[in-house]
Amino acid sequence: MKDVSVISQRKGLSYEKAIESVFFISALLMVLSVVLIFIYIFMEGVPPILKIGLGPFILGTQWTPTYTTPQYGILPMIMASLIGMMGAILVGVPIGIFTAIMLAEIAPRPVTRILKPAIELLAGIPSVVYGFFGLTVIVPFIRVQLKSPTGTGLLAMIIILAIMVIPTIVNITENSLRAVPKEYKEGSLALGASQIETIFKVTLPAAKSGILASVVLGMGRAIGETMAVIMVCGNIPKMPQSLLSTVSPMTATIAKDMSYAGPFHRSALFGIGVVLFVFIILLNLVLNLLVRKASR
Amino acid sequence: MQKEISKKKIVVKDLNLFYGEFHALKAINMDIYEGEVTALIGPSGCGKSTFLKTLNRMNDLVEHVRVTGSITLDGNEILSDVDVVALRKRVGMVFQKPNPFPMSIYDNVAYGPRIHGIKKKSQLDEIVEKSLRAAALWDEVSDRLSKSALGISGGQQQRLCIARTLATEPEVLLMDEPTSALDPISTSKIEELCETLKKNYTIVIVTHNMQQAGRISDRTAFFLLGELVEYDLTERIFHRPRNEKTERYITGRFG
Repeated sequence: MKDVSVISQRKGLSYEKAIESVFFISALLMVLSVVLIFIYIFMEGVPPILKIGLGPFILGTQWTPTYTTPQYGILPMIMASLIGMMGAILVGVPIGIFTAIMLAEIAPRPVTRILKPAIELLAGIPSVVYGFFGLTVIVPFIRVQLKSPTGTGLLAMIIILAIMVIPTIVNITENSLRAVPKEYKEGSLALGASQIETIFKVTLPAAKSGILASVVLGMGRAIGETMAVIMVCGNIPKMPQSLLSTVSPMTATIAKDMSYAGPFHRSALFGIGVVLFVFIILLNLVLNLLVRKASR
Repeated sequence: MQKEISKKKIVVKDLNLFYGEFHALKAINMDIYEGEVTALIGPSGCGKSTFLKTLNRMNDLVEHVRVTGSITLDGNEILSDVDVVALRKRVGMVFQKPNPFPMSIYDNVAYGPRIHGIKKKSQLDEIVEKSLRAAALWDEVSDRLSKSALGISGGQQQRLCIARTLATEPEVLLMDEPTSALDPISTSKIEELCETLKKNYTIVIVTHNMQQAGRISDRTAFFLLGELVEYDLTERIFHRPRNEKTERYITGRFG
């Protein structure tokens, strides 16, 4: 009897070890992927940047890689990416936060039951579908209503990106609003504050870090989005002059040029990848800071 | 007993409250007197906290609540169409668990006055100091008003919550087991505070602590299973209860 129990105990132990190593290897694979992507992009992308020169590359306004005297200035793309992102955030954040307040604080349960799955579905729609929606609905609308020659460009891109970041913002904001202790709300209401005063003066401030985190995540999604953007931005890497300018942000340029790029052109695209990567890393650093602040 | 001729501040008549199908308060009739401390005692789930929350309509926040009967404050009905915001300004509440907002001590106290439209800094400063003094907290926090309210001790937080409530200048103070989460020293500070506050406020306090009810209250109401079993001067309730159930509860022989 004694022997059996010892053996079964040993079996249990090796089983535990095996499962543990499966977990460990899975986690390791993820870290390895990040490290490999990082190394590969920087190995491919940094040399062309150095050859072109960091200044002319980042601040140059001409992107003419197929000319006989090619120029590789990506400022128009950086501007398109940043303006697109900021525009999407400006439009998407208020709508997202108000929707989250509606879901978490105001809407009766039956309404939440319909609204919430609808918004979650929005998060799961493939980006090419958003692009198609942009191309068939938003672009013609802008062309006709705002008398823009093609309808494509910054504005269409901002609208599509705003729709795409809203689910992220709604979900995370709603969760952080729900995490606000109900004692805070009761305390405020008991002092004679109305529901709206309570939401704006107590609940929202208490959920601040979570809401900021959702905004940063939304920014990441907006700056990294490619497919939907390609379909509505116009794909002309010129400095944006107005909201109706056709543009080509970093992601769209990489994806579109890659198919026909010559060797150095291709390397320059990786250079754009490096710049994009740096933006994403910065956003993630900010996010980590916010999350750490929230958990404290 | 001159107490018995005090003015009636709150008059409760035939109050019934239902949570869905559950009959939580059964035909409560009770007069609460101005300038007194009224203690509500009884075992958990007897309805005393529920009763307290009907006095400032905090039960409105709970779904499927139905209330019948009448409660008047200075003769004005508060259960029907009344501005709950104005009501809650007059009938302040302190909760079981200290619940200061995650902001500075100053902003916590100034929250109510700001909501009610006071913007001038000098006026707010004055209210904050006055309220913190009234809650016997000023000397402990006057040098760190801009620090987070979450950084002070639990007992201080609870007095801060009292100060925050006083800042809106209520007439009635409802306290829902305000000392149950506090250590004995903080508890005695809050009890002393009740003694001084009743000069200016009518206090209704829910407590699980018999000695506390005995020490600080003028009148005591004993609730059991949603009914008001006995309500009288605290002295009588503790020494000559008329109801056998009251006696058994007070002497600790009640399960």
